[in-house]
Amino acid sequence: MERPLTQNIDRGREPLGLKAYEAAGGYQAVRKVLTEMTPEQVTKAVKDSGLRGRGGAGFPTGLKWSFVPMGDDAPHPKYLVCNADEMEPGTFKDRVLLEGDPHLMVESMIVAGYAMGADVGYIFLRWAYRLADRRLRAAIAEATAAGYLGDNILGSGYSLTLHVHVSAGRYICGEETALLNSLEGRRATPRAKPPFPQVSGLWGKPTIVQNVETLCNVPHVINRGADWFRGLSRTEEGGTKLYGVSGRVKNPGCWELPMGTPIREIVEEHAGGMQDGLKLRGLLPGGASTDFLVEEHFDTPMDYTSIQAAGSRMGTGTMILLDDGNCPVGMALNMQNFFARESCGWCTPCRDGLPWIEKLLQAIENGDGHADDLDLLDAHARDLGPGNTFCALAPGAMEPLHSGLKFFRQDFERHIAGKGCPWS
Amino acid sequence: MRIRILVDGKSFGVKQGDNLLHACLSNGLDLPYFCWHPLLGSVGSCRQCAVKSYDSEDDQEGRMVMACMESATQGCRISIDDPEAVRFRAQVIEWLMVNHPHDCAVCDEGGECHLQDMTVMTGHDHRRYRFTKSTHRNQDLGPFINHEMNRCITCYRCVRFYRDYAGGEDLNAFGAHDRMYFGRQSDGTLESPFSGNLVEVCPTGVFTDKTFKAHYTRKWDLQTSPSVCVHCSLGCNTLLGERYGEVRRVLNRYNADVNGYLLCDRGRFGYDFVNSEQRIREPHGRQAGAAAGEDLDQEAVLERCASLLKTDNSLVGIGSPRASLEANFALRELVGADHFYSGISAQEYELEGAVLKALREGPVRTPSLREVESADAVLLLGEDPTDSAPMLALALRQSVRQQPLREAMKAGIPQWHDSAVRGMIQDRKGPLFVATPVATALDDIATEALRAAPDDVARLGLAVAHVIDPQAPAVGGLAAAAQALAKRIAAALLSAERPLVVSGTACGSTVVIQAAAAVATALSVARAQTEVDPPLLFLTLSECNSLGLALLNPKPLAQLLKSGGKGVGGTAVVLENDLFRRAPAEQVDALLEGRSLVVLDHVPHATTERAHLVLPAATFAESSGTLVNNEGRAQQFHAALAPAAAIRPSWSWLRGAHAAARPLEAPPVSLEDLRNACAAATPELAEVWTPAATAEQTQTLRYAEEKVPRASFRASGRTAMHAHLNVHEPSPPADADSALAFTMEGFSSPDGQLIPSYWAPGWNSVQALNKFQSEIGGEQRGGDPGVRLIEPRAAGPSCYPDAAPAAYAARDGEWLVLALPRIFGGEELSNGSPALQERTPEARLVLHAEDGRALGLEDGDEVEVSAPGCSLRLPVTLLDDAVPGVAMLPLGIPGKGYLALPLRASIRRAPA
Ligand SMILES: Cc1cc2nc3c(=O)[nH]c(=O)nc-3n(C[C@H](O)[C@H](O)[C@H](O)COP(=O)(O)O)c2cc1C
Ligand code: SF4
Ligand code: SF4
Ligand code: SF4
Ligand code: FES
Repeated sequence: MERPLTQNIDRGREPLGLKAYEAAGGYQAVRKVLTEMTPEQVTKAVKDSGLRGRGGAGFPTGLKWSFVPMGDDAPHPKYLVCNADEMEPGTFKDRVLLEGDPHLMVESMIVAGYAMGADVGYIFLRWAYRLADRRLRAAIAEATAAGYLGDNILGSGYSLTLHVHVSAGRYICGEETALLNSLEGRRATPRAKPPFPQVSGLWGKPTIVQNVETLCNVPHVINRGADWFRGLSRTEEGGTKLYGVSGRVKNPGCWELPMGTPIREIVEEHAGGMQDGLKLRGLLPGGASTDFLVEEHFDTPMDYTSIQAAGSRMGTGTMILLDDGNCPVGMALNMQNFFARESCGWCTPCRDGLPWIEKLLQAIENGDGHADDLDLLDAHARDLGPGNTFCALAPGAMEPLHSGLKFFRQDFERHIAGKGCPWS
Repeated sequence: MRIRILVDGKSFGVKQGDNLLHACLSNGLDLPYFCWHPLLGSVGSCRQCAVKSYDSEDDQEGRMVMACMESATQGCRISIDDPEAVRFRAQVIEWLMVNHPHDCAVCDEGGECHLQDMTVMTGHDHRRYRFTKSTHRNQDLGPFINHEMNRCITCYRCVRFYRDYAGGEDLNAFGAHDRMYFGRQSDGTLESPFSGNLVEVCPTGVFTDKTFKAHYTRKWDLQTSPSVCVHCSLGCNTLLGERYGEVRRVLNRYNADVNGYLLCDRGRFGYDFVNSEQRIREPHGRQAGAAAGEDLDQEAVLERCASLLKTDNSLVGIGSPRASLEANFALRELVGADHFYSGISAQEYELEGAVLKALREGPVRTPSLREVESADAVLLLGEDPTDSAPMLALALRQSVRQQPLREAMKAGIPQWHDSAVRGMIQDRKGPLFVATPVATALDDIATEALRAAPDDVARLGLAVAHVIDPQAPAVGGLAAAAQALAKRIAAALLSAERPLVVSGTACGSTVVIQAAAAVATALSVARAQTEVDPPLLFLTLSECNSLGLALLNPKPLAQLLKSGGKGVGGTAVVLENDLFRRAPAEQVDALLEGRSLVVLDHVPHATTERAHLVLPAATFAESSGTLVNNEGRAQQFHAALAPAAAIRPSWSWLRGAHAAARPLEAPPVSLEDLRNACAAATPELAEVWTPAATAEQTQTLRYAEEKVPRASFRASGRTAMHAHLNVHEPSPPADADSALAFTMEGFSSPDGQLIPSYWAPGWNSVQALNKFQSEIGGEQRGGDPGVRLIEPRAAGPSCYPDAAPAAYAARDGEWLVLALPRIFGGEELSNGSPALQERTPEARLVLHAEDGRALGLEDGDEVEVSAPGCSLRLPVTLLDDAVPGVAMLPLGIPGKGYLALPLRASIRRAPA
């Protein structure tokens, strides 16, 4: 089984330096696009590969790039921004790449930057990823010294400056437009779309925001081609995927597996199954802001289409597990506590609705729940839906609540009727 | 282009590309909103304007969209009444109310609150939230604005107005999630001169008027009237609110062409002089030679008038730029045109002359403030409008957005999509070139800001004119840098769609005004053969009726003073004016020597002290009249209250005195007749006072014999107001001067000119204005107030000065002292308002830092300024951004009387 994304990663040692990375075939994609390909050909290759965004929404990557104005009269500077904010609860896949193979990240930025004609690149990094910060900066310095970054890269006429920006540490900074505001030094509130960042992004210029994992696929697509990429998958959707599992399993972690590996296989074979005496009740397949899946869904292949058909979202592909020894109400409270705190405060439903939800759940957890509290929670789960709020944070927050209320309603009712948590 | 949209199955005509909220409101539909504001555009944050949108006739589901974030397209279908949308909007209010204190009963906003209105509109009436509410600490924001953060609903309007629209920096949004905070980084006075607009922009009671709070009354108990600001020459429209004989507050009165939705802080908070303890409330007489006088009753006073005026058939009258046209005209009638003098200083007369010449004889149109906003390249010569004509500065802050805005619109972003527009254009600004003797508050948005003495400002202007049109005089000996700058300015103006040149009398230099006119003229010559819009020339004046007074062709006061009053009679009548502010004391003394003096005014000053007869004049708040703003727009103001018993409007005193003194002439005594007479005598004014317009303004003909009530029909305390004195309700004072009445009854939905307050069913806040506009943000139904009097003529060769002035040369040991206007403390009337006094900084002489060092001065040290007829001692402010050899002296230093600025003076460190 090929693991292109993690092939250079060995957590027991330092990541590959420039020489070793080159020796392992690194920067070949940079050389190839700069000498053999036009930006349009790069974009087409990515389009043909069927690569979809790994940051949560699964938007086709090549299609996104094709909206960037190209040619001589395109506005400049153009920006490529790597979204390495990774604040989604339960998600730690980008970290593996950033810490494990920083030169792959740098190379990916150059190749993608070339495709869109970017002048400047930013890696927008989660505040806590200090090690990744250090390693990325070292890799950028090496790559710059070797002529892979800066003016006139490898004599090609293409130039790219690359910066690492460490985020202040808010979940909303990962939302691509709030990220741009934050990068500009403004309040991290999202922007309305349209206009899309490809047209008016960072400082009003054409910009692409792309997840770490998404970008890291690009050099491989360039080197090995779209057919190879599609062939990596077990389903229609190409490539491999970093899947993660957290919860009370024997071996929590993150693995690069073929796209479409079924949930049960990931949990049983890679995460080692549940800890002794515990039974899996449900899981959030792609981070905290995805709908619960339960027993009947456990054989679903983990890809965008299949998970969606099962009633949830692939999200980041990193699962959070709920076992039968844990309280679903407590889990809901924990998550809503996070979302309420991380609401940016821009739009009313999220800003004032989430704290209300949090207080209701806290009351239920404390044994102060009222009979009609569940109606209120249901109403919120509906009213904070897509379109009603300004960005996807609140609808994301409602996914586990809505499905939690559906699948574990008896637990909520028991808390209210029994005035407290049966687990505590 | 007009298109049609379907709202709940009904077809409405709307402007293509407007957002749907705007389109619905323009059609009179009720749709609640918070974060959108017609001036500020849409950001989609509050989610209050949710409607259902349908893709086609077959789409039964629809999807929820925010009306303010969607463009109206031909045939698009939406529903306001869709049950899901209705329910969601009520839910949004419930969320907003989660932390709201529900303190309507003690809230200054109550009864005039957009949040109350929207709450009622959505039908939310039952609170399900059962947890504690969050609370905030309030800040002391200075004398104008009260802060009560608990009431905030986080609509972001305040910061969007204050920062994005008005360029302020010291108000911000802090915190996150449900702990948002809108205030300053720490307690302290809000610095923006437009802070008062927060009172109206904020839809809740967070930011309220502190001066109103000091004498608060329920808003529905106010008696209100349409008025015009008297604190600078721009003539912003205001609404005055009165109770118990006191003016309580000033609100914006919408005029699409002038001030739109906004006012400056001088205009909003300067009103309190009307309520001053110092007001002259009784007629006062003093026999010649007597030191003290006595209060007189009405009969005695007219008798005294008659005897003073009768004995003298060559009276001399001195008019006033802060009195109404009617009062000035009545004075002219009384004394005769030959003896009617302008009550302004010699310098001012000359400056005004230059402005009038440019307006009347020049080929360039003077724009309204709204047109200023849409200018896309600006040259500002000589003065900082932030201090001399504040709302002009705010308009210029919008002009610099025009060119970048066009780019955004080209990229397909609708203009109303505020955050997207700002996101795309960022901090880019269109061309604004500033050339002044000292740093201005607009420098932060200027393309280039040049510091130069007035003569050099004029030389730059003329150089620009010469680059554009070689017929304009060449400027000899111009430095290469200035020449290059002139070329850049010329290029920017020539390539603009709507170039604008701005100057005014506050620069204190006729050559600067002439240079501004020359640039505008050159542009109009250059553009004459093209299809493009003609250029614009905006010139400020000093006072609220400077132009109105000038239209009556008064003779220059200086001429009268120079002759010591020889050849004019033994009685001088001075209208609303302190001559000691207008001319050197010796000259005024010489004029008054041996003469009888009659003064009409509302506050005492050095001239009233000298008067033999003082007639208590009504202020603008107690009378009706007409003012002509700098644009040449004649606008009517109306009394908010009837003057106290012994007080009469100046025109009325003058007519009364006229009749008493010369009964045979028997002048008409109604305001309507006076206006008709004035129109007949002054062709330029004929259009303001067509017989029909005059009748409309003053009589009851219009609305089926009914007058327009000043009191709201919600006024709760009418019968109780005087009950402690007499249980009989007194009959309201009559008002023969306007079509308004001091009552609750009458025709309550007038249009355009006569709206005393904005109210409509379900709309109790200022945003009821929506219901009075023919289209949101456009004209009011029935037209906006004001008549333009002056339109440009074809270009003539006379429009250029003969030659450029010589460059300014600083002389050793001598400074050119110029007047420095100040928004607070720089204007006579508003200086009488306590809140403004609190905002008035210490008067300091501004010197270039190098000059200061040469004199061994540090910031704050005292200096002596001496020149013939002038000796002053005051502290200095040292600035790098000023001109060596030029000193700036703040206008309106109390007790300093008249100074013949500009003057040449020596300056030295004051002895300890
Ligand atoms: C509240 C919120 C947080 C997000 N956080 C992240 C994040 O940390 N990393 C990320 O790549 N995408 C995040 N996203 C998704 C981004 O908005 C965006 O879709 C993504 O970066 C696009 O890249 P992709 O197409 O490569 O997935 C977040 C979205 C929301 C609404
Ligand atoms: S849903 Fe609204 S409040 Fe919540 S994060 Fe997005 S924009 Fe901010
Ligand atoms: S203070 Fe007023 S304007 Fe500002 S956000 Fe709060 S409610 Fe809106
Ligand atoms: S700009 Fe002038 S007219 Fe307008 S409100 Fe201010 S002082 Fe009054
Ligand atoms: S008014 Fe439309 S979202 Fe606020």
